[in-house]
Amino acid sequence: MNVTKVLGIVLPPVVVGAVLLGVWQLVVVGFDIQPYLLPAPSAIWSAALDRLGAIWDAMFVTGTNALIGLIVGTLFGIAMSFVLMRFQTMNELVTPLAIALNAIPIIVLVPVFNNMFSSTTEVPRRLMVTLIVFFIVMINVAKGLRQVAPIHLELMKSYAASPREILVKTRIPNAVPYLFTALKIAAPGAVITAFVAEYFGGRQNGLGYSITSNAASSRTDAMWAYVVGACVLGLVFYLVSAGLERATSPQQQVGGLAPGGATSS
Amino acid sequence: MSGGSPTPAGTANVVAVDGASMVFNEGASNEVDALCDIELVIRPGEFVSLIGPSGCGKSTLLRLIANLLSPTAGTVLVNGKSAHQARVDQDYGMAFQQSGLFEWRSVEKNIELPLELKGWKKADRRARAAEMLALVKLSEFSQHMPWQLSGGMQQRVAIARALAAHPSLLLMDEPFGALDEMTREHMQSELLRICAAAGTTVVFVTHSIPEAVYLSSRVVVMSPRPGRITNMIDVPLGDDRGEDTREDDSFYGLITEVREALRASETSDPVGGSVRGIEDR
Repeated sequence: MNVTKVLGIVLPPVVVGAVLLGVWQLVVVGFDIQPYLLPAPSAIWSAALDRLGAIWDAMFVTGTNALIGLIVGTLFGIAMSFVLMRFQTMNELVTPLAIALNAIPIIVLVPVFNNMFSSTTEVPRRLMVTLIVFFIVMINVAKGLRQVAPIHLELMKSYAASPREILVKTRIPNAVPYLFTALKIAAPGAVITAFVAEYFGGRQNGLGYSITSNAASSRTDAMWAYVVGACVLGLVFYLVSAGLERATSPQQQVGGLAPGGATSS
Repeated sequence: MSGGSPTPAGTANVVAVDGASMVFNEGASNEVDALCDIELVIRPGEFVSLIGPSGCGKSTLLRLIANLLSPTAGTVLVNGKSAHQARVDQDYGMAFQQSGLFEWRSVEKNIELPLELKGWKKADRRARAAEMLALVKLSEFSQHMPWQLSGGMQQRVAIARALAAHPSLLLMDEPFGALDEMTREHMQSELLRICAAAGTTVVFVTHSIPEAVYLSSRVVVMSPRPGRITNMIDVPLGDDRGEDTREDDSFYGLITEVREALRASETSDPVGGSVRGIEDR
């Protein structure tokens, strides 16, 4: 991609964002809105500059919780998906349960975890993130391992392939895109979970805690500064997982189409 | 094989189907008589087409020969051994209506897959893949991914893959069914050239009468409910077929003969009606 093309993609949203910030600033100044209701972007900016170190520390705490939960949940999710693939009855038992669990806000389990484990450690929060990521990864990867094109299975049978060869050469490669789709959903979910888990008490160090405590003491400009930190953290997680997906997707490896175009899916 | 080596009696036939029947869901309320008492012998170097309306069991018969299904009665021998043993030995290559390429493998790696499973060394696999790509005239696309190729090119890769291990038998299930007419005719000529060069025996399922006549040395006509063979028609158009063959009077005569055989097989069917799923073009 050349510079003008990159600018063509990046510039419009940046301009829209800048205009919105400008309107926000004008409205707050023009209508004389009190800072405890809505601080101006300039006030948030100076509040953020005042406590850059503290915001960075809070981002680091919440980000570490999200990352550890993401990694552990992904590893367990992959392991469990192989079990589900291997045992049909297990799949029939676990998958509907996992889907049901995904539909309810299991984040409300955080106080339970706070009771079960000491609320002076990060364990309850990391456990919560792990649980959320685990189900997303397990369901998607198990689907990828199972939903192999029937023609591929028929071909492998015609080659007299062993079950292990079918696993290694057909099922696992088939599941790779499903894993990255799961990670693209799970990564921002991990940040949100790590962040919201702090609302339920526990140690007083992360982004979520800092937002609630600043809100409680009416330091709205400082609260918004931490919100900006939360936005940046979520974006970083999303961009890394989207980048991973892009790098591993076969459609991105070679540029250009052969004459006649593509027909395969 | 047309290798000329003396073959012991009893193994001279590439395919020998003896009294084979296939019943799906036997004993259940949705029981289907897919095939009934099939007798079919195919000799080395023959190109045999199976033609018939939808539901006549032609694909089922092909899958019995491939040992992707096992008959409920009767026997199927391939190269003088059981169909199961022939599959384990990879005596045949197979191609379907969809190319079925593995989308995470390059064209070259797709062709190498059956060789990988046979335990070939990497250098040998690479050399054979290059040879097969030259045969289907796609050498410059070896590093492309399947989605970068047109439908016709993908199908050529699938044929190259089916032939990669130099099988004595090629089983094809409507391999050109999804292609446009021009590509299809071109692919038919390519297939004849490739199989003549390798001396491959072919069993070819189709629902197109002109395709069956153009390609085959023998056309096997089938009828449904239960699936059975009603007629066998020899196609004496010679080994050197080209675009002129399609204009030939004897070509049209044979098309008429196959069509009438299909109609005749239909009249024996109590349900009756027109010949379904058959292309006259």
